[in-house]
Amino acid sequence: MTPFVYARADSLGETIAAGAAPDSAFLAGGTELLNWLRLGIAEPTRIIDISRLDGLDQVEALPGGGLTIGALTHLNDVAQHALVMRDYPVLSQAILNAASPQLRNLATIGGNLLQKTRCAYFRAEEQLPCNKRQLGSGCSALHGINDNHAIFGWTEDCVATQPSDPAVALAALDAVIVTAHRSGGRRIPAAEFHLLPDTRPEADNVLQQGELITAIELPAPAPRSAYLKVRERESYEYAIVSAAAVLEMDGQTIRRAALALGSVALRPWRLSAAEEQLAGAEIGDREALSTAIEQSFAEARPLSQNAYKIELAKTAALRAIERAARMPS
Amino acid sequence: MMISQPVARPDGGVKVTGRARYAADYFAPDLLHAVLVTAPVPAGRVTSIMVDDALAEEGVVRVLTHEDMPKFGRFASPRAEPDTQMQQAEGPPAAQSFMPMQGDEIRHEGQPLAIVLGETLEAAEAGARRVALRYEFAEPELPAPPEWTAIDKAAVVPRESGFLFLEPTFTKGEVDRGLADAAAMVEAVYLQPSRHHNAMEPSATLAEWNDGELTLHDATQHVYGVRQVVAARMNVPAEKVRVISRHTGGGFGGKGWIWPHQVLAAAAARIMQRPVRLALSRANAYSCLGYQPRMAQKIVLAADRSGKLTAVQQDVVNLTTVTDDFVEFATEASKGLYATPAMRLSQRVERANVAMPTPLRAPVEGPGTWALESAMDELAHRLGIDPLDLRLINHADTDPATGQPWSSKKLREAYEEGARLFGWRERPRKPQRDGDWLIGYGMATCSMGCFRNPTPAAEVRLHRDGTVLIRTGTQDIGTGTLTIFPQIAADVLGLPMEKIELEMGDTQLPEAGPTYGSSSTMGVGAAVLAAAEDARSQLARLANLLPDEVEMQDGKIRRKGAAGGQTIADVMSHTDIGEITGSGSFDPAQHGKGLAMRTFGAIFMEVGVDPGLGLLRLRRAVGSYSAGRIVNPRTARSQMTGGIIWGWGMAAMEQSRHEPVLGRFLSKNLSGVAIPVNADIPGDIIIHFVDEVDEHASPIGGKGIGELGATGVAAAVANAVFDATGKRIRELPITPEKLL
Repeated sequence: MTPFVYARADSLGETIAAGAAPDSAFLAGGTELLNWLRLGIAEPTRIIDISRLDGLDQVEALPGGGLTIGALTHLNDVAQHALVMRDYPVLSQAILNAASPQLRNLATIGGNLLQKTRCAYFRAEEQLPCNKRQLGSGCSALHGINDNHAIFGWTEDCVATQPSDPAVALAALDAVIVTAHRSGGRRIPAAEFHLLPDTRPEADNVLQQGELITAIELPAPAPRSAYLKVRERESYEYAIVSAAAVLEMDGQTIRRAALALGSVALRPWRLSAAEEQLAGAEIGDREALSTAIEQSFAEARPLSQNAYKIELAKTAALRAIERAARMPS
Repeated sequence: MMISQPVARPDGGVKVTGRARYAADYFAPDLLHAVLVTAPVPAGRVTSIMVDDALAEEGVVRVLTHEDMPKFGRFASPRAEPDTQMQQAEGPPAAQSFMPMQGDEIRHEGQPLAIVLGETLEAAEAGARRVALRYEFAEPELPAPPEWTAIDKAAVVPRESGFLFLEPTFTKGEVDRGLADAAAMVEAVYLQPSRHHNAMEPSATLAEWNDGELTLHDATQHVYGVRQVVAARMNVPAEKVRVISRHTGGGFGGKGWIWPHQVLAAAAARIMQRPVRLALSRANAYSCLGYQPRMAQKIVLAADRSGKLTAVQQDVVNLTTVTDDFVEFATEASKGLYATPAMRLSQRVERANVAMPTPLRAPVEGPGTWALESAMDELAHRLGIDPLDLRLINHADTDPATGQPWSSKKLREAYEEGARLFGWRERPRKPQRDGDWLIGYGMATCSMGCFRNPTPAAEVRLHRDGTVLIRTGTQDIGTGTLTIFPQIAADVLGLPMEKIELEMGDTQLPEAGPTYGSSSTMGVGAAVLAAAEDARSQLARLANLLPDEVEMQDGKIRRKGAAGGQTIADVMSHTDIGEITGSGSFDPAQHGKGLAMRTFGAIFMEVGVDPGLGLLRLRRAVGSYSAGRIVNPRTARSQMTGGIIWGWGMAAMEQSRHEPVLGRFLSKNLSGVAIPVNADIPGDIIIHFVDEVDEHASPIGGKGIGELGATGVAAAVANAVFDATGKRIRELPITPEKLL
């Protein structure tokens, strides 16, 4: 591990001023930053501990509907918050399916979105050919072991996936990620927060140096929503595929659907074509639901070993819709 | 009677509170921390190791390369017989003959090339990252693709060495006739991936020299083995080496034999004239230690109309390193499980530029039962016979390979009780559904050979105040020996557990064998039993009683059946002896001559399969075992449950994948290698032991159990998956893409 300076920020202003320095990193829960330091993925020279910043760990109702979640709220506190459980079950479920209870007690919702891919080549203890580790070194997974890699949006530069569970729920909820930066903050749609590898494969998300997530805003309640995660073991494992569904229903008819898949691309993958066709479909008509989902898979492209993920993702999406429909409104 | 009581572990408290000290918890004044720099490619030659940047790191003291290392001595296998080609052959307890850092050759990825020594671990780690290697890449031999034709083509007959425990081929009867006469036949190939032990504690060694004498604090399953091998490699007499291992944080075979890092730590400490602590990283644990190798097994089972086997044929190929032929004797399952007039078995290896494999819970019959018990299930379905009945029809009343009688075998009872506890006979025969889940039932026979290691000596010291000290150079790897040895002594000496102390894990204690192969209860247990009996006999003589006619209870000795008795203090106060030292040993050659020995059992499992999502989950299990006398039903139950969970990992998720281009393990990190978690394991796991005493295997009456529970499980799971879905999975692990 490379030596670094540790500093604790007392105010938001101080934090974003300090974060602007190159090679500085924010420390919140630390559950991911520590991995990067140990593996040599990042070698910051200055670490700014933001875990004690005031006022960034609250979950509050927004006037006019919706919810704001402070970026430093621990994952378990979000998942077990009464309003989240009642109004946004998809988010609560996604969080409770993430990591382990111990990690969720420490990790924050803001930090969770910043985790990097779990591609084994990227996470190797020594640098292997990987454009995310070193731009221009190539992608080992492209012609190596890629059975758990992307089926959407990949390029020959990178075929990895984004592993965050909450991010998938937030994308389906049309959540907004609120940031602060020395040059002013931004409001970023959750589905656009992570970057595909097509322009800058080394980058993971749209944040600039020193830009800090302060809150996540959820729009109107989505009680008919659900998250489904597929993995070989029951807990403490990243998804092979996950699916988030958010429905508005008129009786048994879908009025509006929002669907996002996880672990299929470098960002949560919204199934926009399917969503359009799902409007007006009967929830009991599996064939209609499947046909609608099918629309979004025209652009799916399997790698050498992961064609199975396409069928799996379709079923996961279907099951997530059915599960969401069963939630009390 | 303490034996057969469910005594709680006396070491439980120190372990769950973190007070138990493991090898990496030991430090010495002035010690140096060692970090390995390892080969980034699987084959080639190091042309230069540039250390200047590393030495520039604050706190880095030295970087050792092959040019600094002494020439390590050879370790002749104890199995090597003079005047044969085996004479010079290395073998266990050395894990491999190849010693890294003796030249510039790279034989596998992850091979140690340099050792960075720092005043702190952080400094050594930072330094290791700054060591710049130049190397010439050579075209490596990589593992063949995981399918029979390619593996069969790459396979060769293993060469003679200390790792070849048995003949690589075995034939009995007329196999061709058995095949020709068959009414039904199964011919299938079963594959399994390489798997690591993934013990919670990565191996660690603290090496310290004082006046030419070496002390090692080590994570090991065999302190005496470490002494033997490290002494040979360092060219010093064994008496100059002391090895201490108070607790080892999980072995499973991974710390059974002696690996290069233990020697490298000793060498570095001698060069530096300072104590050196080498705690392997998790990544090191994947490439500097062994693993169960990838295996392919082709099985042919032939049977007549009644289900009786007419021939068994099994060809096994396991992966090994280029330098040593590790042979995983899966064919032992076919040799020992079912009556058959004919069998033809062969073991071959596939050499590649990979690290050396090693035994892993369960070796031998672990892989063997995966293939054989899957094939038996296929045969049962082909014949329309219940899988349990097919096994009963082919029950081996004597050892199938040798015809020898069994020392003891109650497998029929184990089947019957297991089936009853599970409800096997009453299980639904029609496809079952629970929502999205298809429910399936499967069973398999479990079996493990009896590895009996000699225990040259154990001591039981009985003090005047009625306390006892057991001294034995065995080691604690978490399997329960800290509980059952005191139990055995307490039983003989009629004392409560809290009066018994146990000292172990040190080569200054009487020599004992390794803690692997499920051998400790039979070996060390028998020696402790004999030592306790010896102490009791000595006390009897002091009390003017005939040793064979006494019993001890509540701290008193008396004639068997008599009332009252004399206290230990009273008897010993007649003399000036402060303590009585009883000694005992165990020599397997003296027990059970001419008898075949095995443990047996049956595993019954209920699984759920969600075919839409490819999910496989365990719903319940019953394990029923014939393993001789059970010394402690509580620790034994925990061992078997652990074995079943271990087997579930093998069946459903575990694999260390060989990267096909880079020639390394894909992920040298637990976050990329799934092993079962609590949420995977239902509470409904029932363990049953048949009431049995095997007086031939060992005077304890018990046999080994640590590995037995892990056998049969993978096949039972695959059989249950077949029952649920109609899909026969012949390649482990049974992950979602195979079930969709």
